[in-house]
Amino acid sequence: MTEQKERELYFWMVLVREFEARVAALDKQGKLAGGVYSGRGQEAATVGVCHALRPDDWVFPLHRDMGAYLVKGADPNRLMAQIFGRRDGFSKGKDSYLHGGDLAHGIFGATSMLAATLPVAAGMAYKFRMKNEDRLAVAFFGEGASSRGDAHEAMNFAGVHKLPVIFVCENNFYAYSTPNELQFAVENVADRAAGYGFKGEVASGNDLHTVMNVMQKATDRARRGEGPTFIELKTYRYHGHSEHDRAAYRTEEELVTWESRDPIELWEHYMDKRKYDLPAIQAETLARARKVVEDAVAFAEASPEPTGPEAMDDLYATPVGEGR
Amino acid sequence: MPMVTYLQAINQAMQEEMARDENVMLMGEDVGAMGGAFKVSEGLIERFGKLRIVDTPISESLIIGAGVGLAVLGMRPILEMQFIDFIACGFDQIVNQAATLRYRHGGQASCPIVIRGPGGAGVHGGLYHSQNPESWFFSVPGLKLVAPATAYDAKGLMKSAIRDDDPVLYFEHKFLYRRIKEEIPDEEFLVPIGKAALRSEGTDVTVITYGATVHSAVGAARDLAGEISVEVVDLRTLLPLDWGMIRASVRKTGKALIVHEARLTGGIGAEIAARIAEELFEDLDGPVMRLGSRDTHNAFAAPMEAFILPDKLKITEAIRKLARY
Repeated sequence: MTEQKERELYFWMVLVREFEARVAALDKQGKLAGGVYSGRGQEAATVGVCHALRPDDWVFPLHRDMGAYLVKGADPNRLMAQIFGRRDGFSKGKDSYLHGGDLAHGIFGATSMLAATLPVAAGMAYKFRMKNEDRLAVAFFGEGASSRGDAHEAMNFAGVHKLPVIFVCENNFYAYSTPNELQFAVENVADRAAGYGFKGEVASGNDLHTVMNVMQKATDRARRGEGPTFIELKTYRYHGHSEHDRAAYRTEEELVTWESRDPIELWEHYMDKRKYDLPAIQAETLARARKVVEDAVAFAEASPEPTGPEAMDDLYATPVGEGR
Repeated sequence: MPMVTYLQAINQAMQEEMARDENVMLMGEDVGAMGGAFKVSEGLIERFGKLRIVDTPISESLIIGAGVGLAVLGMRPILEMQFIDFIACGFDQIVNQAATLRYRHGGQASCPIVIRGPGGAGVHGGLYHSQNPESWFFSVPGLKLVAPATAYDAKGLMKSAIRDDDPVLYFEHKFLYRRIKEEIPDEEFLVPIGKAALRSEGTDVTVITYGATVHSAVGAARDLAGEISVEVVDLRTLLPLDWGMIRASVRKTGKALIVHEARLTGGIGAEIAARIAEELFEDLDGPVMRLGSRDTHNAFAAPMEAFILPDKLKITEAIRKLARY
């Protein structure tokens, strides 16, 4: 990798962290309504996965995957307006947080029924196969959502048709409060890949190099027509499930253990070992990221609130019937 | 004009649309090599190939979810539920995924999918091969629901459903598959979504119905000729309802009976009755009445099934009762 590329990857991780930190702060100030779901600690997973994608590939992020939105090309201004529930958000105020995708950039908005996007991703991948398009679909899901039937149905179908789809499980050890040992009886969720007839990879989700390596293998496989890959990235969310969750179900020791493997600090350590001018890179990157975030907040605050009756728009291609 | 069964009409519509538009495709269980459990898709895989006619695993949620993904990319998938009862296994993908797709994306996305499958009772199908689940979806904005009663409508509504840019649930009645046969035009025609049809004109009582009970209602109207003048409105589309035709007919007769094979309580008739009562109170000369299946499951044994379902005699009785007001 060139230094330029390594610095770019660093910027993305810092931007995701700064963006989410600002959103969490706005939430604490009471400026945001609705749930806020921080992916702090998981930045290498979304950045490493999405950096491997092309503009015409599709990604299916979770509520916690701000990084997928940013790296895949979503306008940070509109993303912030989406979080504010304003008219310039992707859903024009109709739903909160990351439920409004940005289809022009191949970002699909998830429902709250996690793993429900996996069949959709499989459907898109079927179309790529059917029309001989060199494109991929990447669906994120948590280890908790891996228990839902949609995950099974989608992977089974993708295996049968060897579809160009990559299933990325961010195993952050808690589904809200439920720990892995109450979620599944296998050692790794990706062990299940064998049951679908394709390759499973278990990797650190905090080490960007590792994430990029497994993604490279998975994208190569998919683009060669060799079918799906199930990637399980072991990682950890520092915050609770949402900003309102104090996460009393885990120990401080566990949290600190993971914080000491922080994905951004690991990358800084790497750049330092490469003898780059780390302090200068840090200062420049932070300033650049904060500028993007501040501009986004200013844009979102200036964006108009939707009016009440706009709740009746976008139900159908053209308005129908006499719904009241 | 050739004689065509209700089942053949659906098959023709799918074939014509697939020939017209290479983005139309069909997914479902046993729809390909076998041509479907009822042979509705017979001949399609031979003509259009196995990439477009997809035999899926037994995975209703996958079928519908994948359909949404295909639709976002401009495909127009028809998604078969082998029996419409199985739509329950794909419920989340319909009400939370497909129905909200356009809305939660602020109008960026269209979802041109058709979910179709055989529903309805009267064939001793028992609990899981007889249901009429349309009311489960009736209060979900973003969906359209159609339920043809004739071969002409089966064909014309299927073609409209395929061309529609929103998710359409197409409820076909398995009792009608081979029992209904009619002449339909050779040349292309569409039946618009959202438009009801008058099956019988009358001045004393309006019967509002859809699906298989249209035929029982028309039969009842015929039997009552000379005694009571009965108008039969075939809704054809359940969401959005054709309130224009409902209003016009009820204003004319002053009496409304809503009939459906779906269960009475919480059925579509309840909404129609409420709205007639609210908007047409001054026009009414009697209570808005309803007749549906009894509030129980679709029992198997013949005497039970007969007890549960509305039929021509029960409709005739209800019309007489209403006419006496």
